[in-house]
Amino acid sequence: MKFEEILSQHKPALVKKWFHLVLRTYPEETATFLKNENDPFANPVGATIFKGIEDLFDGLIKEGNHKQISSFLDRIIHIRAVQEFTPAQALSFIFMLKKVIRDELKKEFKEKELFDEFLTFESKIDELALAAFNRYVECREKVFELRANEVKNRYSGLVRRLNRIPKTPEEKTKSKSYKK
Amino acid sequence: MSELDGVPKPEELLKIDYQPPRKGWMDTPVNFKPGTYNYPAASKNHKILELPFPREWSPMEEDWKLPENWKEIVVNGIAERLSKYRSFKVFMDICVRCGACADKCHFFLGSGDPKNMPVLRAELLRSIYRKEFTAAGKVLGKLAGGRELTPTVIKEWFYYFYQCTECRRCSVFCPYGIDTAEITMIGRELLYLLGLGINWALEPAAKCFMTGNHLGVYPHTLKDTLEFFADDIEDITGVRVEIPLNKKGADILFVTPSGDYFADPGTFTCMGYLILFHELGLNYTWSTYASEGGNFGLFTSHEMIKRLNAKIYAEAKRLGVKWILGGECGHMWRVIHQYMDTMNGPADFLQEPVSPITGTKFENAKSTKMVHIMEFTADLIKHNKLKLDPSRNDKLKVTFHDSCNPARAMGIFEEPRYVIRNVCKEFYDMPENTIKEKTFCCAGGAGLGNDENMEMRLRGGLPRGNAVKYVQEKHGVNRLACMCAIDRATLVPLCDYWAPGVQVTGIHEMVANALVLKGEKERETDLRGEPLKELEE
Ligand code: SF4
Ligand code: SF4
Repeated sequence: MKFEEILSQHKPALVKKWFHLVLRTYPEETATFLKNENDPFANPVGATIFKGIEDLFDGLIKEGNHKQISSFLDRIIHIRAVQEFTPAQALSFIFMLKKVIRDELKKEFKEKELFDEFLTFESKIDELALAAFNRYVECREKVFELRANEVKNRYSGLVRRLNRIPKTPEEKTKSKSYKK
Repeated sequence: MSELDGVPKPEELLKIDYQPPRKGWMDTPVNFKPGTYNYPAASKNHKILELPFPREWSPMEEDWKLPENWKEIVVNGIAERLSKYRSFKVFMDICVRCGACADKCHFFLGSGDPKNMPVLRAELLRSIYRKEFTAAGKVLGKLAGGRELTPTVIKEWFYYFYQCTECRRCSVFCPYGIDTAEITMIGRELLYLLGLGINWALEPAAKCFMTGNHLGVYPHTLKDTLEFFADDIEDITGVRVEIPLNKKGADILFVTPSGDYFADPGTFTCMGYLILFHELGLNYTWSTYASEGGNFGLFTSHEMIKRLNAKIYAEAKRLGVKWILGGECGHMWRVIHQYMDTMNGPADFLQEPVSPITGTKFENAKSTKMVHIMEFTADLIKHNKLKLDPSRNDKLKVTFHDSCNPARAMGIFEEPRYVIRNVCKEFYDMPENTIKEKTFCCAGGAGLGNDENMEMRLRGGLPRGNAVKYVQEKHGVNRLACMCAIDRATLVPLCDYWAPGVQVTGIHEMVANALVLKGEKERETDLRGEPLKELEE
């Protein structure tokens, strides 16, 4: 059996374990809720993480469409980038897949002499982590941009208007809306 | 210590214990991380409103400079409120900790912080109540769910009572109808007794106290602002609308949130009102003193609600109008619907509101004498009094955010949807458990919609953003309509982060775009000055 096939075969168990590890980055009461509520609107964080890591897993074992991978990554990272995590904690969820696979399948890969494939796969996870890092920084930048915009937005109507007040005499005669 | 201390190395990550340290909620201290709390109110604002213990202080510092007898003040404050508000006493006593509310708060759902479960938020105060006011708590302390009142508890209150938008979603699910929003309101009142408030709520309250509106806009500026709108409207429609200000003997006083004077996209909704009233030939007036429908007193104390609300009836009386019409605001309607009449009424000098255009009696507003504009406009459409061309909104695919207060404090669900469906062709509701009485908050209400608190707002905004994203992906929704001025400000960054590409709009902006005016020129743009049709790619 090929390396990817083995992973594929164990997918449900691996994804579940991965999911549970990610949940353990949340306080206990929260983790219980995130695990048990299936409605994606009642439990957006749990549902997004589960769907996200499942799709990431698929993306990694199939010949990766990187764009797709990044949209799944995107959603999880958008969430974890604004939660009470340090950057390392926020992104730790990716490395947890390594742990899961090592715990579950390392022996089997050794026995079946698939260790090289295993190492290559781990490198793919590392690449994913780098991509995640980029995303994370983008999200944080977005948060600061939104913060800065707030001040502008409060008076946006006023600024729009001030910019339209004609300044030169020609502008004044041309402008209909300057009546005073 | 190196910068990387505390960051696990790759090999450690594999050995790491992922379980967070187990601590009871009572023993988990608050972490004031920038981006997740609100700046304290400036002492000048405390002074203007004659609130106790004005001082400069910072949540980031260890010493909050509490008054010497702070404990006594808090305990007396609780006692006073227990005797004054029966609801508060009941809410303190009857929670059975069934947990039905626990996962219903958007701040819990987005942050994952258990202290944002409504039951625990209430427990922050309830534990002190038990210790100080119940026999079991006095003797058994922690065992009976009581705990000592310490400065740490005060810090926790400040953190978590300002992580509640008083949205009342949790109360919808509580079998006993416990309203955590009201517990938050009491918690905030107690904090104000110690001189602890947030500036984003108190500064508008102070300005409102002095000028009548949250922005501190003086009469001449309001006049200028509305006239500028009239200029814009003339450019776009070719029709000049009049601006009746402080007009004595008008039939109707119009009151709306000041948030819409200066900030887009609220400004376009404000223009929408002017256009609609002009087309109807309504005998109405604006007031330069009742120039604010919103009431940041609601986010401060009951006393402050009353003080800031009083001007509405006072102006109605002074101007001699028959009744009052209120614009698209959220929390303003909670105040009007639930407090105005008892606090500042009875408004027996006003008449029972009747639409001068359709003759409809607004019996629901019999006692307050104040009608919601969405009821007014829906009634006009129902009676075929408006000539509408919905195709002028063809580039919009709209969904509707039920603002917490009109939804849960008033129960107004169908009128806005009816109006939207009549002024644009494509409307898609978000999933059922995210709308109407179960609507998710914008996470920026109740004084939290400031920039310093952005990270927390985005956490709390996740459940709403998630539902918006869903209709965006499923139906191509590109506009999120709402009838609340706070929403028109707070949903903008929310969408930008969680559902980029979706813009925010008030409903009367869309109404005015569709409304065909007598004598208008052919419209090339919408009220935003953007082409009516999407430009072909
Ligand atoms: S739903 Fe009501 S009774 Fe149950 S825990 Fe929440 S507040 Fe208490
Ligand atoms: S009122 Fe709203 S914000 Fe406050 S605890 Fe309840 S659900 Fe959360």
